[in-house]
Amino acid sequence: MSSVPLEQERVPARRWVPDVKTLGPLIALALLILTGALVSDGFLSAGNLTNVLSRSAFIGIIAVGATFVIASGGIDLSVGSMAAFVAGLMIVVMNSLVPVLGPGLATVIAGMACALLVGLCAGAVNGALITKAGIEPFIVTLGTMGIFRSLITYVSDGGTLSLASGPRTVYRPVYFEGVLGIPWPILAFALVAVLGQIVMSQTAFGRHISAIGSNDQVARYSAIRVDRVQMMAYVLQGLCVALATLLYVPRLGSASPATGVLWELEAIAAVIIGGTLLKGGYGRVWGTVVGVLILGFIGNILNITNFVSNYLNGAIQGVIIIIAVLVQRGRRS
Amino acid sequence: MSVRGTLAAAAAFGMLAGSAAAQDAESYTIGVSIPAATHGWAGGMNYHANQAIERLGEQYPNLEFVLSTANGAAEQVSQIEDMVAVNQIDGLVVLPFESEPLTPAVQSVAESGAFVTVVDRGLSEEGIEDLYVAGDNPGLGRVSGEYFLERLPDGGKIVALRGIPTTIDNERFDAFTQAIEGSSIELLDSAHADWNRDDAFTVMQDFLARYPEIDAVWAQDDDQAIGVLEAINQSGREDIQFVVGGAGMKEMVKRVMDGDAMIPVDVTYPPAMIATAIELTALHFTSPTPIAGSFVIGSELITQENAEAFYFPDSPF
Repeated sequence: MSSVPLEQERVPARRWVPDVKTLGPLIALALLILTGALVSDGFLSAGNLTNVLSRSAFIGIIAVGATFVIASGGIDLSVGSMAAFVAGLMIVVMNSLVPVLGPGLATVIAGMACALLVGLCAGAVNGALITKAGIEPFIVTLGTMGIFRSLITYVSDGGTLSLASGPRTVYRPVYFEGVLGIPWPILAFALVAVLGQIVMSQTAFGRHISAIGSNDQVARYSAIRVDRVQMMAYVLQGLCVALATLLYVPRLGSASPATGVLWELEAIAAVIIGGTLLKGGYGRVWGTVVGVLILGFIGNILNITNFVSNYLNGAIQGVIIIIAVLVQRGRRS
Repeated sequence: MSVRGTLAAAAAFGMLAGSAAAQDAESYTIGVSIPAATHGWAGGMNYHANQAIERLGEQYPNLEFVLSTANGAAEQVSQIEDMVAVNQIDGLVVLPFESEPLTPAVQSVAESGAFVTVVDRGLSEEGIEDLYVAGDNPGLGRVSGEYFLERLPDGGKIVALRGIPTTIDNERFDAFTQAIEGSSIELLDSAHADWNRDDAFTVMQDFLARYPEIDAVWAQDDDQAIGVLEAINQSGREDIQFVVGGAGMKEMVKRVMDGDAMIPVDVTYPPAMIATAIELTALHFTSPTPIAGSFVIGSELITQENAEAFYFPDSPF
């Protein structure tokens, strides 16, 4: 461990001034869509766009929650494993309720309620360990990441949990259908994003999140209830994971130990590309949404063209993350 | 060694496992090291390994089994080192995570005089193991390719999904492309879906967006086939005639059995091969039967006629 004192950097108060730094992610997304349209005829078709947006909805909803956690100076590495665990429990609950409630709507609603409850509790466990026991978020969620991953493996006996065909039939439209040709996952993602943006920028809770992320000691002296706000951030993250799972389960009707692997890193990447500071103090939900779309479209463009090898998907995402941060931070003196 | 084993078995049966002192002298410890259950096939393999150990433990009281599951090559190497140091194993059944990193570790076990059985994935050097039990990866690709030739005699446009980029995937894919080479079947494109349902769904959605006409899909693996079927379902496309997976997942075998037109056949790659390997290794210690060489379990075509024989409703896979 080095004992060199870290340079304390003050984050200047930001107001919404449209400049290249702020609009960086949007410009990148526009360039990406332009590239896609140029290299493939099918890219801009309604079918392809709804596919990509629906697929991005899981990571998107999780990343909105992650924006709050990261802006508050925390991190949650357990979201991917948590999603798998919630999905697994949800399937087990629905399968066991079929004889009791019948194979219809009642079972599906009970399963959804159970998922939201489990997500809320899982988030509360993370939050309690961080605020009450005072362990660093990175360590707590590294631990719970392993715990949730093992639990889903245990519950599924290392195999795959599949939803019974009765509830499956009732539940399937939640991913595949929607209103006015817009699938439900996209609508849910849009709703979560708008609500998240409003909470982050217009409410006391959002301001407290940023204040704690900037300097939790100062926030504490300013009579902000730091523990409570941090706890809320992790509970919110748990709820977002549960919401994403509600949309994930109807797609393939199954969960396995391979579900949601590395989702946490995709969510964190989207948040960072969107302009939220990894060390906390500033969060931008709309930026996160743009970040999620950028990651989703990269994969899609690589799949629908022979432009670059699919193996390089990760490399391209990595380059974009680094460039995004460089553009937004500008030069460091 | 094997004579002593026979005596031990005889003694064990004869004395009804009575005298612990006599047994200590002639009891053997067999280590089983396999990848953790991170996907369906590995889950099936874990299930069959546990079943075999339970069964053999009852059958041969003088055999002790140590099972460890690893999440990566490095972890597997450490577990094997522990088995040698702590459990002092006399035999090792190993399904290597990767060939190269495991080769020196398994080699040192073999040099310590233990009986070594390697399963499914060969080591990068010849002649280390006493027994090699494997599935037939090139066979899986070849059998699938031959079915495509049979179903599309006048040619057609197909796409293929590949697994995690490994030797296993390369062997399967190369054998498949060799089988269809020279025919009028056109392989439009292939992409890796890492033997994962969600990735397969994504890849297939993008293939459907890109190619207006696809006659059939080689999904290579049953988990991938599930994602592929869902993507085809969602697109509402009618041009895809059939999808061929592989490995023999129970849900897929059931569909073949029921005569599903989309899943007309499946190709086996049984996770129960680990049980074959454990059984044969136990046999080496408990009988004078010569056990050495290699034992390749063929990849067979599952059709509606023979599906019954490949259906295991109790397995997790």
